[in-house]
Amino acid sequence: MSYATVIPEFVLRQSFIELDARARAQSLMDPGSWRELVGPFDRIESPWLPEQGIAPQFDDGCVVLKGAIAGKATVVIALEGGFQAGSMGEVSGAKMAAALDLATRDSQNGKKTVAVLLLETGGVRLQEANLGLNAIAEVMASILALRQHAPVITVIAGTVGCFGGMALAAGLSSYIVMTPEARLGLNGPEVIEQESGIEEFDSSDRALIWAINGGEQRVAMGVADELVLDDAQKIAAIVRSHVEAGLPAVHRSQQVDLYRERIRALDTSRQIDPLTLRETWGGKTTVSKTRKGVTR
Amino acid sequence: MSIQVGLRGKAWFEALTGKNSPMAGDPDSVLTADVKIGEDTARFLCVVPNPQARFPCARRGEVGLEEAYTLAARVNEVIEQNTSADKQPISARPIIAIVDVKSQAYGRREETAAIFLACATAAEAYASARMKGHPVITLVVGQAISGGFLTHGYQANRILAFDDSDVVIHAMHKEAAARITLRTVAELDRLGHEIAPLSYDVRDYAKLGLLHKLLHVEDPDKPAQATVTQVQKELIDAVADARAGSTDLGNRLTSKAARETRKASVAARAHIEEQWIKA
Amino acid sequence: MEQLKFEYPSAKRRVTKKAHVGVVGSGDMEVLMQPAETESANVSILTSVNGFSSSWKAMMDRFFSKYDGAVRIDINDAGATPGSVMLRLEQAVEVIES
Repeated sequence: MSYATVIPEFVLRQSFIELDARARAQSLMDPGSWRELVGPFDRIESPWLPEQGIAPQFDDGCVVLKGAIAGKATVVIALEGGFQAGSMGEVSGAKMAAALDLATRDSQNGKKTVAVLLLETGGVRLQEANLGLNAIAEVMASILALRQHAPVITVIAGTVGCFGGMALAAGLSSYIVMTPEARLGLNGPEVIEQESGIEEFDSSDRALIWAINGGEQRVAMGVADELVLDDAQKIAAIVRSHVEAGLPAVHRSQQVDLYRERIRALDTSRQIDPLTLRETWGGKTTVSKTRKGVTR
Repeated sequence: MSIQVGLRGKAWFEALTGKNSPMAGDPDSVLTADVKIGEDTARFLCVVPNPQARFPCARRGEVGLEEAYTLAARVNEVIEQNTSADKQPISARPIIAIVDVKSQAYGRREETAAIFLACATAAEAYASARMKGHPVITLVVGQAISGGFLTHGYQANRILAFDDSDVVIHAMHKEAAARITLRTVAELDRLGHEIAPLSYDVRDYAKLGLLHKLLHVEDPDKPAQATVTQVQKELIDAVADARAGSTDLGNRLTSKAARETRKASVAARAHIEEQWIKA
Repeated sequence: MEQLKFEYPSAKRRVTKKAHVGVVGSGDMEVLMQPAETESANVSILTSVNGFSSSWKAMMDRFFSKYDGAVRIDINDAGATPGSVMLRLEQAVEVIES
C-alpha cells in the first residue's frame, strides 16, 4: 500500500491553538462573509499603557469580525492571548461590549445576530485596573441583554485559558466549547497559592491544574458543553452547530436551585475530588472524534 | 482608622434595615431583609464574614460558592414575586446591595466546584432584575474588590460609595497587584495618583464616571442616626433616578466624569457602531 | 518608552496594498505597512525598550537599502530581536507585493 494513500490525520489537521486571535476568528466564519471592525489600521489603542512604558497593540488585543456562520448573522469577538495575556482593558472591553450591544440592537430590529466569544484571557488588565474591571461588568451586562434574543457561544482553546472576571462572562454564555488544553476557572493557581498558601493549591502541580480547570473536567462535570480536539475545522463545525441550534431552553447560569443543592451536598471537610463531580453532577462529554473509535 | 473587612457592611446593613440575620435556610454570610424605604419595600442584601462558614476559604467576608448562590436565589425571588400571573404590573421593588467584600474566595474547593458559575448566577440575577425594571442600587461602604464586586454590586443601575479612606474599589489588593505587576506598593501608590483607573483612592475612582454619587458621611464606622437618615434619603433619590433612566449601564458612559475620563471607551464604541452599520 | 521616526525619501515606488503582521507579545512586535501619504517612505516605532535607537536605524537603513516601496510603517515593539524585526518586515512586504 502506498503511504501516500494513508495520510496521518495530524498531517491534515490545522491547529486552532497555534492561530492568533484574528486567524481563529476568521477560521470560524463563512468564507467571504465577514468584515473586521475597528481593526489595527484604525489604531484605537489603550490610552493608559504607553504612560506606563508598556507597548500597546493597534487593536488593543480585541478582534471584532461581523459576518455570518452557517448563513446566520454572527459577530465573532476574539481576545488575543499573546497580548498582555488577553486581559481586558478599557478599549478592548469597549469594543467587545459595543459589538454585543449592536448584535442586540439588530436582533431587536428583526435581524437576529449571534455572538461568538473567543476567550483567551487572564481577566482584568491590571495596568488599567478599575476601567478593566468595569469593562468586564459591562460585557457581562451586554451578554445578558443579547442572550434574550440569540445565543452567546464561548470558545476557550488555550493556551492562556479563561480566568478572572472573564470566567463570569463564560459562565453566562449559552454554550461553552473547550479543548483538552484549555482551562476555565475564576482564580488561577498562582493567585490561590499566593492568597491561601501552597497547601491549598500548589501552582507547580500541572496535573492538578488540569484536573480541576481543564476542558475535559469542565465538560465532564457539566459546567461546559463540548470538548473538542485542537482542530480548527472541528471547532468551526461545533460552533456552526450551536449557531444553528439557537438558544438553549434554559441557561446554565439560570439553574440556581440545582447548583445551590449541589453545593449544599458537598463534603467540605476535605478537598473535593474533581472526578467525583463527573459522576454526581453528570454532564456529557462530546469529544470530536478524529477517527472512528478514537477520541484522542 | 482601618477596620476589618465586612464589619462595616454588617453595621450598615443593621443600621439601614434594623435587622442582622440571614433568611431561613441561608448561610450566616448573607444577610437579606425586606424593608420600607420611602414608598417602596426594598430588598437589602449584604455579604458579611462568617467564621463558621463550611468553606474554609470563605470565612472572612469573601464571596464564595454559598454566598454567590444565596445572593442569586434571594435576588431571583424578588423578580419572581413581581411577575405573578394575575397581578397588574406594579412598580418593581428596589434591590439594594450593601457592599463590603474582601474579594472572591480563593480556594481549591471553590475552583473544583466551579465558583465561576456561582458568581455568574448572582451577577445574572442582579442584571435580570435591573433589565426587568427593578432599581438596583449598590452602596459601597467598605471594600469592593475584583470578582467579589462583579458578583455582588457591579450590575447595579446606580453605585454610591462613601467618601472615606477605608472605601476601596479595585481589581486586586495592593500587595497582590504589586507582586503580579512586579512593582513596589509605593510605585503603585504613585502610579495611582497619576493614572486614575489604577488608584486605590475612592475619590480617583469617582473620576472614572462609574459612580452615581460619592457620599460624605460622618463616622461611617459608627454612624449616628442623622447619618443613617441622610444615607436613606440618598438611596431613595438613587432609586428614583434609576427609575427615570434606562435599564442598561449606559449612565457609566454618559456621566460628566465619564465623558472626561472614558473618552477612549466612547470613541471605540462610536467607531464600532459606525463600521457595523456599513459592514 | 521611546518613539522613533525615520524617513526614506529614496523609497518612491507607489504601492497599493496594506499589511498587518505580528502580536505585541514579550520579545515580539507588530507592524502596520500601508501606502504612504507622500511619495516617500516613513517609519514610526513605539518601543518599550529604551536605548536602541541606533540599532533601529541600522535595521531600517538595511531594510530600505533593498526595498523601494513608498510605505508608511508603524511598529509597536515589546523587545523584538533584530532577526524578528526583519522577519516581520519581510512578512509585511510579502503581503504588499503579492
